[in-house]
Amino acid sequence: MASLKELRNRIDSVKNTQKITKAMQMVAAAKLRRAQDAAEAARPYSERMDAVLGNLAAAMATMPGAPALLAGNGKSDRHLLVVATAERGLCGGFNSSISKLARAKALELKAQGKDVKLLCVGKKGYDALKREFQADIVDVVDLSAVRQIGFADAHDIGAKLITMFEADEFDICTIFYNKFESVISQVPTAQQIIPAFFPTADNDEDKTVHVYDYEPDEKAILSDLLPRNVSVQVFKALLENGASEQGARMSAMDNATRNAGEMIDSLTILYNRSRQAQITKELIEIISGAEAL
Amino acid sequence: MADTFTFSLVSPERELVSEEVSSVVVPGSEGDFGVLPNHAPVIARLRPGLVTVVKDGATKRYFVYHGFAEVTQSSLSVLAEDAQPVEELHGDGLAQKIKDAEEDVSVAKNALEKALAEEILSHLKAVESTLASL
Repeated sequence: MASLKELRNRIDSVKNTQKITKAMQMVAAAKLRRAQDAAEAARPYSERMDAVLGNLAAAMATMPGAPALLAGNGKSDRHLLVVATAERGLCGGFNSSISKLARAKALELKAQGKDVKLLCVGKKGYDALKREFQADIVDVVDLSAVRQIGFADAHDIGAKLITMFEADEFDICTIFYNKFESVISQVPTAQQIIPAFFPTADNDEDKTVHVYDYEPDEKAILSDLLPRNVSVQVFKALLENGASEQGARMSAMDNATRNAGEMIDSLTILYNRSRQAQITKELIEIISGAEAL
Repeated sequence: MADTFTFSLVSPERELVSEEVSSVVVPGSEGDFGVLPNHAPVIARLRPGLVTVVKDGATKRYFVYHGFAEVTQSSLSVLAEDAQPVEELHGDGLAQKIKDAEEDVSVAKNALEKALAEEILSHLKAVESTLASL
């Protein structure tokens, strides 16, 4: 049985751990609010962009000579998977759930005989995937120096994707990220961004159909907007990811704090019992010694 | 007939403005155009420049860079990659930044780096020329 001193040391060390997890939880809670605000503030832009592009795309998709970013380049043999994860661990299943989804998708595509390439955004996804897919990882984007994700960061990635697409390095690009539902639920999501995919506008009753004039023509606007849209989608994914990461960390740290609390309780009980046992033992020794005289 | 319409100015990071206004002048890529209530639906590309908004007789100006405007009969949405009120634009260190950007363009190692650097440069130049025209 552990000595009293050892027990005391363990209780102290668990207490210290609890302090750390508690602090991390509070930091994550504060960061979560900021990340959520950022995600919310970015929503109007991407929603309008989607609406306008959806409108344009519907008009253009049937026409010949639609831009490749919209219609695809006619092939689906080479896939690029963009895996967006966090730079840091200690956030529950956040990183592993994305990596797992991306891994499953990559294996599935490979089984179909397709060519798969990976682009990792964030160190953790790279760490998880590099053992299995080392040869397929084309690039790693490190965002650890970025405190608050700005559009420029997403645009750098977007521009990279466009350059690769134009250099005919892949046919289809899918981004993997965690969609933020709530603090306790983040859904790993795969979203195809090249060729652009717009949910077909369903006939909402309040939706009025506008017949737009275009200035300059549809094609010029579309070919201007589609590359931008890639960056916007990446930006959206990164922001969702940011909020999800903090949410996941918050609940993971909450759990850790609670577990540490339980551990302290049970260790304290053990400590008190052993202390009592020792006192009793000493008393018995004294009494039996006295009686023997 | 309503004499105002909804104007919103949105950048990827936030929604700057969403309010009822009486007229707006937008710098379209084919030339500036004014928007009044009941304008015909138009989607237009923007060139870098100033959006002038008139609300209750007061004028406000916003710098926009790279985006487009969507006009419907009752609303105007301007989506711009960079958008800020003119008052927040400032020229501090701009010349130095432009010089740095020019240097980045000239030392860029590949097409991607070059494209990104050129974009930063053209953005800075747009800010500079807008400031000069004030």
